[in-house]
Amino acid sequence: MLGKLNWSSIPFDNPIELGAVAFMGLVVLAVLAVVTKAKAWGYLWTEWLTSVDHKKIGVMYIVVAFVMLLRGFADAIMMRSQLALAGPGHKGYLPPEHYDQIFSAHGTIMIFFVAMTFVIGLMNIATPLQIGARDVAFPFLNSVSFWLTAVSVGLINLSLALGAFARNGWLEYPPLSGIQFSPDVGVDYWIWSLQISGIGTLLTGVNFFVTILKMRAPGMTFFRMPVFVWTILCTSVLIMAAFPVLTVTLTMLSLDRYLGFHFFTNELGGNQMMYVNLIWVWGHPEVYILILPAFGVFSEVTSTYSQKRLFGYTSMVWATIAITVLSFIVWLHHFFTMGSGANVNAFFGIATMIIAVPTGVKIFNWLFTIYGGRVTFQTPMLWTVGFMVTFSIGGMTGVMLAVPGIDFVLHNSLFLIAHFHNVIIGGAVFGYLAGVTYWFPKVFGFKLDEKWGKRAFWFWLTGFYFAFMPLYVLGFLGATRRMQHYDNPAYTPWMHIALFGAVLIMCGIICQLVQIVVSIRHRAELADVTGDPWHGRTLEWAVSSPPPFYNFATIPEVDSAEPLWTAKNRGEIIFHTRDNYQPIHMPKNTAAGLFIGIFAGVMGFALIWSIFWLAAIGLLGIMFTLIIKTCNDDIDYYVQPDEVARIQNAHYARIDALASEKHYAD
Amino acid sequence: MRLTPGSGRAGRVPAGGVLRRVSPAALLSLALPLGGCEGVLNPMGAVGEAERTLIFTAVGLMLLVVVPVIVLTLWFAWHYRASNTRARYLPDFHHSTAIEITVWAVPCLIIAILGYITFETTHSLDPYRPLTTAEAGVVPDPAAANKPLEVEVVALDWKWLFIYPEQHVATINEVAFPVNRPVDFVITSDTVMNSFFIPQLGTQIYAMAGMKTQLHLIANKPGTYFGQSANFSGDGFSDMHFNAIATATPADFDTWLDHVRASGRALDAGAIAELEKPTIAVPATYFGSVEGNPFQAYIDKFMGKGEAMRDAMHGADAAPAGETMPGMSGHSGMGN
Repeated sequence: MLGKLNWSSIPFDNPIELGAVAFMGLVVLAVLAVVTKAKAWGYLWTEWLTSVDHKKIGVMYIVVAFVMLLRGFADAIMMRSQLALAGPGHKGYLPPEHYDQIFSAHGTIMIFFVAMTFVIGLMNIATPLQIGARDVAFPFLNSVSFWLTAVSVGLINLSLALGAFARNGWLEYPPLSGIQFSPDVGVDYWIWSLQISGIGTLLTGVNFFVTILKMRAPGMTFFRMPVFVWTILCTSVLIMAAFPVLTVTLTMLSLDRYLGFHFFTNELGGNQMMYVNLIWVWGHPEVYILILPAFGVFSEVTSTYSQKRLFGYTSMVWATIAITVLSFIVWLHHFFTMGSGANVNAFFGIATMIIAVPTGVKIFNWLFTIYGGRVTFQTPMLWTVGFMVTFSIGGMTGVMLAVPGIDFVLHNSLFLIAHFHNVIIGGAVFGYLAGVTYWFPKVFGFKLDEKWGKRAFWFWLTGFYFAFMPLYVLGFLGATRRMQHYDNPAYTPWMHIALFGAVLIMCGIICQLVQIVVSIRHRAELADVTGDPWHGRTLEWAVSSPPPFYNFATIPEVDSAEPLWTAKNRGEIIFHTRDNYQPIHMPKNTAAGLFIGIFAGVMGFALIWSIFWLAAIGLLGIMFTLIIKTCNDDIDYYVQPDEVARIQNAHYARIDALASEKHYAD
Repeated sequence: MRLTPGSGRAGRVPAGGVLRRVSPAALLSLALPLGGCEGVLNPMGAVGEAERTLIFTAVGLMLLVVVPVIVLTLWFAWHYRASNTRARYLPDFHHSTAIEITVWAVPCLIIAILGYITFETTHSLDPYRPLTTAEAGVVPDPAAANKPLEVEVVALDWKWLFIYPEQHVATINEVAFPVNRPVDFVITSDTVMNSFFIPQLGTQIYAMAGMKTQLHLIANKPGTYFGQSANFSGDGFSDMHFNAIATATPADFDTWLDHVRASGRALDAGAIAELEKPTIAVPATYFGSVEGNPFQAYIDKFMGKGEAMRDAMHGADAAPAGETMPGMSGHSGMGN
């Protein structure tokens, strides 16, 4: 009846896990209590949970990303403190069966539920606004994508309370992840949370691909799209091409585990290296899915805060496209050591290095965007300069690992760990944090507090160097990844420095939490009345902050790559029409996305615990929700011109009030 | 290097081979705090040596771009700060053919050079390619003809089994070979994937069940080197270590072999069944004799001959000790 589930599934013997469960339970209860006390359920339901507005979905993605960053970071600091303690003669405080879960969860959560959710959150918030669209092409699908991701987050965290998480690293190589060596439900938690969120991500890729191709404002040709939009277009292509491979690979692993297939087993013709190839055919494009949008953010930020047009726009676009294409022919560099021939290794090594060329070009283009600029160092610009320095180092170590002869001694070492944290933190995460700070006033109508933002930046930056430079050294000393303890006394001091770095990053995260609280409290002083707090260049800054739910009262005509900047330079206002509005066609909210998510979560949970009747209910629930939703024709409505005029005039009145205030002040 | 028989005495580390390779980059490494430590920057054999040289070459080449980029980033960011009234403001400077050509050409040039080096070294460092004596930087020893020493390696949960097919001995978590003699490791796994890695000797390679990988290494200095699995393999992974002993002379190696033989234990079906059980932090163990061809049996086990192996093991379990294991590589018809 309950499959593999029973009382022993609850980790009563593990105080750390139980404590984490109790803490998370308390946080959830506290949130529920606050919402109930504030009588905010109705508001939450109509404005957020059932919303199909890309801006709100984007915010929900970023909230999930930030909460999961806290979880993933808790794992990280446990790993660092374990390794600081577990030197010669000590075993630390985390036994292997727990430590192995922690590094597996850390990687899985940070990649799938922090980095991916940040990327999708930012693309949701900015893309439609930048191309002059009122929403994405498929708003309901967007809601489905979000809820599939959200329930996957729920599933992965449920593994703390029921059963255990996977123990074999974030990519769960078989045969170790096969049923023979991992008979418990850990790997199944991993499979189903990735499978469900992976479908959500694939739908997002389709959605934004169509949105960018079909919904650009009139006059916005491909080579007038903001570079961020270009990176999202390329990211969507990568998602559409790569995520089906993940889905299939996970399905094959599931068939091995559930139905006794032999795709990847040791016996009966299974081939573990097929899994390793397939997972990296997805996995390498995946890292570009993470980094390209960050490159897009840096392009926007550099240009805005240098008050200068982006240098080498065309170069930048072609470099992005080159990276997109090349990212599919480099996957084997993740396993030069499997024993393939020298020609194969050389091909993949050189292909990998070639990616360094367009990436290098991008760095130079940002450099020459700063050149001749008038740079103001608001937090997003600090993240960008920090990125340019840090990422150059990470790129160099990446090219080192692309040389098979070097990889032969550094593969799977802490050098590798240092390298990919160098590019993912110093590249992708810095970009996301810059993007969040940059677009925060657009979404909420007030800026983030600069003082705490700068503190956060300096803690993150110095913390990064203290945490990961020692790992490069440890890699040279022969230290491998995923070790739970070590006997070499030479490692110990470096491990201590790395822990210190992690503590600094923790201070950075605390500063960010404080920053949010302080900014909300000072939202009146930080208010962005004009909608253009940074003297921006692209369309999103031409509307109010927060934008009206329909984004654009009239769809703007675009005649340059920087329509707002061009208009401002000509002394024009981008929206000539201040009356005579047309009715605006908008999608209605729907709870179907939320229900599909819940049913998918039920199905995932049931499959993890082999409760097959419940899985069938979940699947039927998804199908029925879809059928009901499809049969419902009442899905859209028109915003009437007088309503639009009222909203727009209120915005213009606020701007005028501000202008006259300034006038009196002068 | 032309090989001149008799020019070196057995077991001596000839200066020429190693010292010829000392490059400015290698000297740089001595200045780093890492120089004296164990690890891949302190190699003890020709393979590791070549890999270290490659690391320094690649880093040196890339620093040609990376250092200017970092310096320019900080300089531009500082110089063009809004408060600097002396800096020229060029709001429309967004294209320069000369700069564009340079920023594409310089990375292309560096990657072209590095790509060429990569192609060459990927072939010369191919772990499957036997080391020539000249490459190993060693003057040959006419007595042993310096032919490679064959060692079969099997990754088990969580220990390493080393089988010497010519010497008919086997060990757990300890492997020895004479200094300056190329070693031909043939590697597989009886369990999940591991990676066979002796950092100070160079290249690692995966150990995978049902598959055979190969790795040619050499030690040019005598010593005991740390060996490990470099691919996570489960709960006992962190203790999956072994000692790799490069004996100072071939005679020392023979002494070590005698020592192993003296153990009296046999690597037979019973022992193999015992080794299949997962164990953690296993001390070095010796088997003075080896029955049949266990390495081939480990491979065959996963190659559609699995039942045969299990039957064979099962049958032999019950058989009196010392009896030859039947049908290691074929169906024996014994057991159930």
